[in-house]
Amino acid sequence: MKRFLYALSFFILLVVAWRTAVEAGLWSPVLLPAPESVANYLWSSIADGTLAQATLVTIRRLLVGYSIGLLIGLPLGLLTARFKICEDTIGFLALGLQTLPSVCWVPLTLLWFGQTENAMLFVVVMGSLWSVVIATDNGVRHVPPIYARAARTMGSKRLHIWYAVILPASLPFLVSGMKQGWAFAWRSLMAAEIYVTILTGFGLGQLLHFGRELNAMDQVIGIMFVIVLIGLLVDKILFSPWETFLHRRWGTAGT
Amino acid sequence: MMSIWPELVSSSRCTIPGEPPGCGAVISQQTPCEQASLAQAKVVVENVSKVFVTKRGSLEALENVSLQVNEGQFVCLVGQSGCGKSTLLNIIAGLEKPDCGRVLADGKPVTEPGADRMMMFQESALFPWLNVIENVLFGLKLKPNLTRSERFEAAEFYLRLVGLKKFMHANIHELSGGMKQRVALARALAPHPRVLLMDEPFAALDALTREQLYADIQQIWERQKKTIIFVTHNVREAACLGDRVLVFSRHPGRINEEFVIGLRRPRDINSVDLANYASIITLALKETLVFESRGKPLGQAEVAALSS
Repeated sequence: MKRFLYALSFFILLVVAWRTAVEAGLWSPVLLPAPESVANYLWSSIADGTLAQATLVTIRRLLVGYSIGLLIGLPLGLLTARFKICEDTIGFLALGLQTLPSVCWVPLTLLWFGQTENAMLFVVVMGSLWSVVIATDNGVRHVPPIYARAARTMGSKRLHIWYAVILPASLPFLVSGMKQGWAFAWRSLMAAEIYVTILTGFGLGQLLHFGRELNAMDQVIGIMFVIVLIGLLVDKILFSPWETFLHRRWGTAGT
Repeated sequence: MMSIWPELVSSSRCTIPGEPPGCGAVISQQTPCEQASLAQAKVVVENVSKVFVTKRGSLEALENVSLQVNEGQFVCLVGQSGCGKSTLLNIIAGLEKPDCGRVLADGKPVTEPGADRMMMFQESALFPWLNVIENVLFGLKLKPNLTRSERFEAAEFYLRLVGLKKFMHANIHELSGGMKQRVALARALAPHPRVLLMDEPFAALDALTREQLYADIQQIWERQKKTIIFVTHNVREAACLGDRVLVFSRHPGRINEEFVIGLRRPRDINSVDLANYASIITLALKETLVFESRGKPLGQAEVAALSS
């Protein structure tokens, strides 16, 4: 409760500071809208359904793209950890492509897929896939060999060792890798949505983009709020339970 | 089946029959003593050699090691670190392959690990992603023909046996070192292996916890009639637990000498008799060291010098 109060007063203070800056008139209202006009925008966009619509479109792209990234990344990571040849080829490729900011995929993607949903998905997959591969690979390599030995003496064989020992043993790495993959997917999707306007659905990034074109800073800042909020929610809903489980089971320091 | 100990005295021709020796402990030094018949042998190691090849050269971990362990025997392998005793245990477990020679378990050649030979390690090797009872269930789940409730009952039984039933839902990191090894013991016992291979399982524990575990393991061994091969570098531990203590030399690793411990069970690690046994075995261990550096056995005078 005490922590909550501290956090609450911190954010109230932040808004007050913002409000004061607007009052002082240091910047034109076009550049820095008042908190209430941002709130107004959010309220009206909730009321007319545009916000919900855009959020839905964005989340769907994100979830589908991220799931594909996981489904491909996890097995690839296992392969690179298991086979030297995969490590030298796919592993090296993953390492290289992970350093490539996923926005860089956008121009190519547009040529390949045009202004379609697939273009969006592709960028998200490319954004998340490689860090998932690397995290999985890393996780598997950090599994103490004694676990597999112990399992083998208990009669565990190849495939069983993989899914009953190696995979759960590398969970701490997998979860942090999945989290990183998520963060990359989220960033790349926003970049893609801002750059690519497609007619099959307007996402949050596109609303942000329109806000800029219309000089509607209240819209821009309002959407930014929503994006941050979604990021926080996903962290709490998707990853926190896993992390809590890991902290409890492994006994690592945690909340 | 009668208790293991009297049977051993009578079957082992090299042991001095009758009362175990008193203060002036007399230990029979066995030349590879032909024990009973092969049919009784639970684990047979035949002329096993193993060489590890590294960048800096090859290391002869085991050279022509032969060994026979009978059903229900408790055999301790002692030796300096690096003498190949753990390698031998891994080979018996089927985790490593010998370069030549072979291992028979129940008369069948060992080619891979099997649930009939369960292994316990120095670190507990418990799985941190499972809680206590799930760890014990791991091996049980790999046994076919058991129902869910049978598995659960077995897991509970063995946790009770090691005195940790209360902690069945605890996480591994919440246990002390001694408790972890108890859970590891329960996990190894649960699938009901006939042979238990223990690789310095108590080496990382404090003295008091170890003493408690010596008592526990002796009790469990007697009750459950397991065959145990126990690797340690602690001579007292070996004398306390083993029916037979095999002394390893290193570079190359071989069995140098064998001692039959004629003390009544349960044995107390602090007893004077046991200390006498231990000092004699220690002497034999020291001999292997001198032997290692000179390449030939000691003379009488040198043995006398070492023992003084």
